[in-house]
Amino acid sequence: MNGTAATFDLIVVGAGIVGASCADAASAEGMRVAIVEPGPIGGGATAAAMGHLVAMDDDPAELALAHYSLRLWEAFVDLKEAEFSRCGTLWVARNDNELAAAGQRIARLGAAGIDARLVDAAALYELEPELVPGLAGGMLVPREAVVYPPRVANHLVQRAQSRGARLYAGRRAQSLQRGGVLLDDGTRLSGPVLVATGCALPALLPMLPMRARKGHLVITDRYPGLIRHQLLELGYADSAHGDADSSVAFNVQPRPTGQILIGSSREFHANDAGVSPSMVQRMLERSFTFVPRLRELQALRIWTGFRPTTPDGRPYLGAVPGAVDQWVAAGHEGLGVTTAPGSAKLMLDLIQGRRAAIDPAPYSPQRMAA
Amino acid sequence: MSAVVRLVVNGHPVEVPAGASVAAAVAQVTLRFRRSVDGAPRAPLCGMGVCFECRVQVDGVAHVRACMTPASEGMQVVADA
Repeated sequence: MNGTAATFDLIVVGAGIVGASCADAASAEGMRVAIVEPGPIGGGATAAAMGHLVAMDDDPAELALAHYSLRLWEAFVDLKEAEFSRCGTLWVARNDNELAAAGQRIARLGAAGIDARLVDAAALYELEPELVPGLAGGMLVPREAVVYPPRVANHLVQRAQSRGARLYAGRRAQSLQRGGVLLDDGTRLSGPVLVATGCALPALLPMLPMRARKGHLVITDRYPGLIRHQLLELGYADSAHGDADSSVAFNVQPRPTGQILIGSSREFHANDAGVSPSMVQRMLERSFTFVPRLRELQALRIWTGFRPTTPDGRPYLGAVPGAVDQWVAAGHEGLGVTTAPGSAKLMLDLIQGRRAAIDPAPYSPQRMAA
Repeated sequence: MSAVVRLVVNGHPVEVPAGASVAAAVAQVTLRFRRSVDGAPRAPLCGMGVCFECRVQVDGVAHVRACMTPASEGMQVVADA
């Protein structure tokens, strides 16, 4: 044991987009912050993510957190590192049933304060001429955007450091201890701890269940103007929130450079980070049925990542059950980039004992201790 | 059989010997084959299909390697698209 431990107001374990946002928010309040990250900043799910800032409306709690966060993302519009591009989201309806369902979604989004518009078939092809003929229409969410998440995470950590935060780079938090954390080199840090380690959460907090949900992404060469909006099928939520062992959905994104990101796949029980040719084929075939021209493009790279997934699909945001001065912000699945800023604000409000801007109860980790 | 192939590069008519590459045709018009993501001009480096620096648009298809593509009659080539 070392003699004296460095003391902090908050020790953030994990510097993905969520941990980085929490460290940034805490340092902005003048707290003395430590950040512990064994790998690159934003090198896990953050680097694998698409970076689509999107409100999903099927869970009112998730929608509230997304809406809160989307407003906070507006502070990053002009930040070079964010590569913020307001391409909007265009949800595509294959038939009249899906178009009717879009009407209900527009009502839910509108009630939450998010501008979403119904698009008929003619307007759909004006917005995206490369979509396959015969689609019924869609739903346009014009204010949504895309960012480049690992650079944002890096920027947030640097901003925290510029306010005095101390980065323990290359160090792993070995265990949580009464009043602090023990690092893998024997260093002891003293102070309240916030664990934001995503899929690695069970190593420090085994009582909070977490599953890794694998995804694949393909990026193409540059084809500027081929598509203009983040495009998804309206059936996307069935894949994203269903519990099938594996699923794919049409979800493609124009990067500001003209490159196109092609997703998405979801797999439980796939722990190997290797690219699965059969999943990539399923995913690409799905995208070709919506945008046939994608078949002609050159792909540059394929990678995988793991979404940190809780049993009910909601993140853990709050106090660790049964512990003192231990906090958790993890389990955002596919919405960690979108909801990181709101999650961080919420965490700081809880830690400082303030009334939060949105109801924190749906995210309380206490729900797993019942 | 003609020993000369006529094609169009950036709107300019170009003639090359039959069997010449698109890269040889483009080089008659410009050495600015493509631009990097930061806007820097790029041109063929390896000439054997490895470096991808010679990519141009051929008959509407983007990112075709000019060095690996034989020029053919009537081809429409756009460099630095």
